[in-house]
Amino acid sequence: MKTENTENTEPILVDSIKKTPRVPVIEINNLYKSFGTLDVLKNLSLKLYEGENLVVLGKSGSGKSVLIKCIVGLLPSDSGSIQVFNQNVLDLDRSGIDKIRQKIGFLFQSGALYDSMTVRENLEFPLKRMKEQLNQKDIDKKIIEALENVGLPDVINKMPSQLSGGMRKRISLARTIVVDPKIILYDEPTTGLDPVTSDEISLLINQVQKKYKASSIIITHDIECARMTADRLIMIQDGEVYKEGTLNSFEKSTDPLIKAFFK
Amino acid sequence: MKIKIPVAKAKEIARLHALRLSESTIAKKQATNNFLTDIADVILFITHLVKETFSRRFELREFLHQCFLIGYKTLPLISVTGTIMGFVLTIQSRPVLVRFGAETILPGMVAVSLIREMGPVITALICAGKVASGMGAELGSMKVTEQIEAMEVSSTHPMRFLVVTRVLAATLMIPLLILYADGLGILGSWIGANIKGDVSFILFFSQAFSHIGFIDLLPAVVKSFFFGAVIGLVGCYKGYNAGRGTESVGKAANSAVVLASLIVLIVDMIAVQITDMLAK
Repeated sequence: MKTENTENTEPILVDSIKKTPRVPVIEINNLYKSFGTLDVLKNLSLKLYEGENLVVLGKSGSGKSVLIKCIVGLLPSDSGSIQVFNQNVLDLDRSGIDKIRQKIGFLFQSGALYDSMTVRENLEFPLKRMKEQLNQKDIDKKIIEALENVGLPDVINKMPSQLSGGMRKRISLARTIVVDPKIILYDEPTTGLDPVTSDEISLLINQVQKKYKASSIIITHDIECARMTADRLIMIQDGEVYKEGTLNSFEKSTDPLIKAFFK
Repeated sequence: MKIKIPVAKAKEIARLHALRLSESTIAKKQATNNFLTDIADVILFITHLVKETFSRRFELREFLHQCFLIGYKTLPLISVTGTIMGFVLTIQSRPVLVRFGAETILPGMVAVSLIREMGPVITALICAGKVASGMGAELGSMKVTEQIEAMEVSSTHPMRFLVVTRVLAATLMIPLLILYADGLGILGSWIGANIKGDVSFILFFSQAFSHIGFIDLLPAVVKSFFFGAVIGLVGCYKGYNAGRGTESVGKAANSAVVLASLIVLIVDMIAVQITDMLAK
């Protein structure tokens, strides 16, 4: 468990609290997003602070994945603001969004490894496009380093179809961290994995946070993953922030909706 | 005999009838809207494609890879169909020509038929089946498994990387495949002619090419480029705009073949009309 025992709903980090002022790297204000007549996000506001793991909980269809896709500009928002490193994503043109994306890593729910490429090519792909100044030697070095960080240096020449689900998730995480992102967005990182592999992925998330000093938003409904990774939690219900606080405050909550998650 | 219906029941029947009418009107309006939305989607897709084609950064490596996949990997299929095309055309035409004592024009007739019409259309239809469906399925599955979104967050323009390269590769390689199929068709024709006769290879080919003029070759080559573009465009459009479920991958591949084949035939019809007008 990464959080302090406190009922305070104000976000509190274990390591950085009180000593240093917390800097928000993502600040979302009054975000609205709808698909046709269906309002998915309604007046949603949240902050992600530097170096923290923010776990976003919520039922399926509550708008969690839509939220992080709006952050990286994969989905256009209807109104509100999404400040990433003090730049409003909604005001940026394509090249501006590309620059912001160079600071953000995104781990997709399905892993989203390119089927037609080997593991090496999968990791090379973002590197060659986002770090154009690197030569082939540096690229190779970074690929090996990223694969070692996820514990799979031996599969470098394999195709994604030759890997198990857990391995694919790890390679996907390696592809996310290979470009040294400042922010990592995890979309249900443990979905479809067995409990042991899920725990391994959760531990990896913590290791990545420590090693890369990255701030992360972890979308999940896997409570074990939330317990292992969360510095702070937010629950989304019907497109709005339902509750925000520490893991302890969530676990002690008497709210039936939250209790249903933490039973 | 007059049937009396209570007023309340009559009103209810009228209300239900009106409801059915309004539902039917709404459905028609929805269908019209969907059709217009589809047209707008296609126009936007082509506009985006043209814009990205002339953008500063061209994905040369991926383009060459696609040329290899479309060109080289389709060669065996085109080799077989091209040869069979010429062979069958010769076997079928020969008795008729013999009946009219015009057997000597067989090489020329087959060559002109192959180069002007059969070679381009049949090769394009085969490529629609292989290339367009492949593109539809590949891009469709990439969409379903979030690979296209993963590309986008890697600061790569999927339209430039996936669509532009495939459409250009198809536009370039399919005309080459068509010319190759034409050549093998004439070879197949020579094989067919030798089943019931004895014609030397050089004589057959010199006779065949003596009947082919610039007016036969140029329109065929020009329309081949359009066939290639249509096949690439339809395959990519269907795949890129596939739905979310795995079922949509199959639908994308299937509709890519059907639509590409249909448009190839329409383009051919227009090309024939234009060639005919210009020839007068």
